[in-house]
Amino acid sequence: MEQLSQTLERFGGVYLLPFALAVVAFIMIGAPSSWVTLTVAGLAMGMMVFLMASGLSLVFGLMDVLNFGHSAFVSFGAFVAASVLAALGGWLGSDSVILNALALILALLSAVAFGVVAGWFFESVIIKPVYKDHLRQILITMGALIVSEQVILAIWGGTPITVHRPQFLEGAFIFGDVSIEVYRVFAFVLGLAVFIGLHVLLNRTRIGLLIRAGVENREMVESLGFRIDRLFIGVFVLGSALAALGGAMWAGYVTLITPALGAEMMIVVFIVVIIGGLGSIQGTLLGAIIVGLTANYIGYLAPKLSLASNMLLMMAILMWRPNGLRPAVK
Amino acid sequence: MTRKMTFGALGVKAVMLIIAAALLFAPFLFQDVRSIEVAARICIFIVLVASYDLLIGYTGIVSFAHTMFFGFGAYGAAIALKEMGPGWNAVLLGGVLGMLVSLVIAAAIGLVSLRVKAIFFAMITLAAASVVLVLASQLSQFTGGEDGITYKVPDLFKPATKLLVDDAGKVVKLFGVSLNGKIAAYYFVFLSTLVLFLLLLRITVSPLGTVLEAIRENDVRAEAIGYRVVAYRTFVFCLSAAVASLVGTVYAVWLKYTGPETALSFDIMIDILLMVVIGGMGTMWGAVVGAVLLVLAQYYLRDLMGAAAEVVSSVPLLPELLNPDRWLFWLGLIFILLVYFFPKGIVGTLMTKGARG
Repeated sequence: MEQLSQTLERFGGVYLLPFALAVVAFIMIGAPSSWVTLTVAGLAMGMMVFLMASGLSLVFGLMDVLNFGHSAFVSFGAFVAASVLAALGGWLGSDSVILNALALILALLSAVAFGVVAGWFFESVIIKPVYKDHLRQILITMGALIVSEQVILAIWGGTPITVHRPQFLEGAFIFGDVSIEVYRVFAFVLGLAVFIGLHVLLNRTRIGLLIRAGVENREMVESLGFRIDRLFIGVFVLGSALAALGGAMWAGYVTLITPALGAEMMIVVFIVVIIGGLGSIQGTLLGAIIVGLTANYIGYLAPKLSLASNMLLMMAILMWRPNGLRPAVK
Repeated sequence: MTRKMTFGALGVKAVMLIIAAALLFAPFLFQDVRSIEVAARICIFIVLVASYDLLIGYTGIVSFAHTMFFGFGAYGAAIALKEMGPGWNAVLLGGVLGMLVSLVIAAAIGLVSLRVKAIFFAMITLAAASVVLVLASQLSQFTGGEDGITYKVPDLFKPATKLLVDDAGKVVKLFGVSLNGKIAAYYFVFLSTLVLFLLLLRITVSPLGTVLEAIRENDVRAEAIGYRVVAYRTFVFCLSAAVASLVGTVYAVWLKYTGPETALSFDIMIDILLMVVIGGMGTMWGAVVGAVLLVLAQYYLRDLMGAAAEVVSSVPLLPELLNPDRWLFWLGLIFILLVYFFPKGIVGTLMTKGARG
């Protein structure tokens, strides 16, 4: 048993979980073509959830601040992107791929820009006064979430809004009897790019070094003369921008968004962060992929169970590893 | 308590007396249907908020699953009344079953997650509550889905029931109010919530309450002195879950209807949070003040906001924000400001008024 676990650890340890999940699902589903479709859908969903969750996890790891209002950035990102896409409807409808892509890039960029501004505002106005006081942090960020949901309702109204996708992301690739939606591939690639970017930023740059040091021991970094509060704002802004990006991508994925979107995604994001372990990017990615895959597999195998499955998964993992799979904060 | 009462504390006690008297005589003081509705809702929410205050204010645990337990009690009674027909044994059975479910789930959540950080606990309860909400609307053969369940309550509470009859066989009127089943239902709500509230009040002044406050102030120290913090936290979580569940049963009997909107929705959780913070965390009196103010605001502030929206109709965006449906926006703002500037809430701030140093 000891030897087995060591061998497993050498081959990747908990990172093997998604593969194990995929193999089990393959046996249970039986049909390879639906399995491929479901796996791609799960990976795409996982990557979008990763975009939303990474910021929350990083902010907690570095600042010991849990932002219950994080999902507000997700919904604002979705609505801003939807509005920009609607405004550029002419570009979307044209046959030119360049105009299409330009509209998409503008929509995503405006969501990110909004995330940056809103994140900066949120951090300096709402959260700064309540550092180190968890109770008041939870209450205040919850209050901010209520207010921002109401603002969304006031601006965009309560009716669902249709999101227009660019022409070149519609449709699907067909390989034999397997069909893969283009948008899912796009979401997966974008998420992977962001993950690699974050990974490089954290592990290969000086700023990343400081951030990781701050997660380990904040006071030591401060006493060495670094302005860790500026890093805080930077990380918070980055996190909210990523959340807005994730929301924008999600809007294009579901194509019909309501103001309840943020609250729905928040639950998934929390489960991902808890499963992955707070504070680490790898853990968040792992949690997001596991949740994405399980949601899609269970949704196919036992639709009634699909919503409870995430919760059961979280309970099981918490029993096994009370701090999540790959926590950065001890 | 040997400390001398402050001027503010006296004021708070006086307000409590007025509220208690108003609730006791509510059916005679305010003789329209809506007012009785408001008074019953206030009674229910006072206990719900007080049991939540035991968690957040006394022990320092933030849970977002309080409506879940409230819902268990309500749905327990509702399903039992629907299946077994109107009768006291259905209410009893449903209430007890709902409470047992609440206890089991609270114990499970508590043991799994109360040993980790407060923040983890908050997230887990939030996730659990939302899953239960979704389940309630999906398992429609038991819960009636989004539509909820309507059912009959014991005969005593029917408006046609005559509590006292005069010689002619007519319902006796007292101060112009006919003593029918509606009055009986209101006093059922009033008395059961009063008992639960007094129970909670008794717990907070017992040695147990002191231990809970010690855990809130410094859990490491409490552990070092020899109190088993996890056991105490789990116990108080179960206790408040049981009380919430019982109140849920009472509410279900009063409303004669149970659905996601009235018993489980996240809006109720937000209401409870607002009431606790506005009234003041860490005092049972705060729960009373918070519940009274907020329920009154819910019923009467919206009318005011509608009028205000008319006035500013020419300004962009403002009428949208003053729309009666947007009242949570203003409450949210007030909530944030209160947490910043008056973390003790109305009652907590008043209590220390007039104290020396």
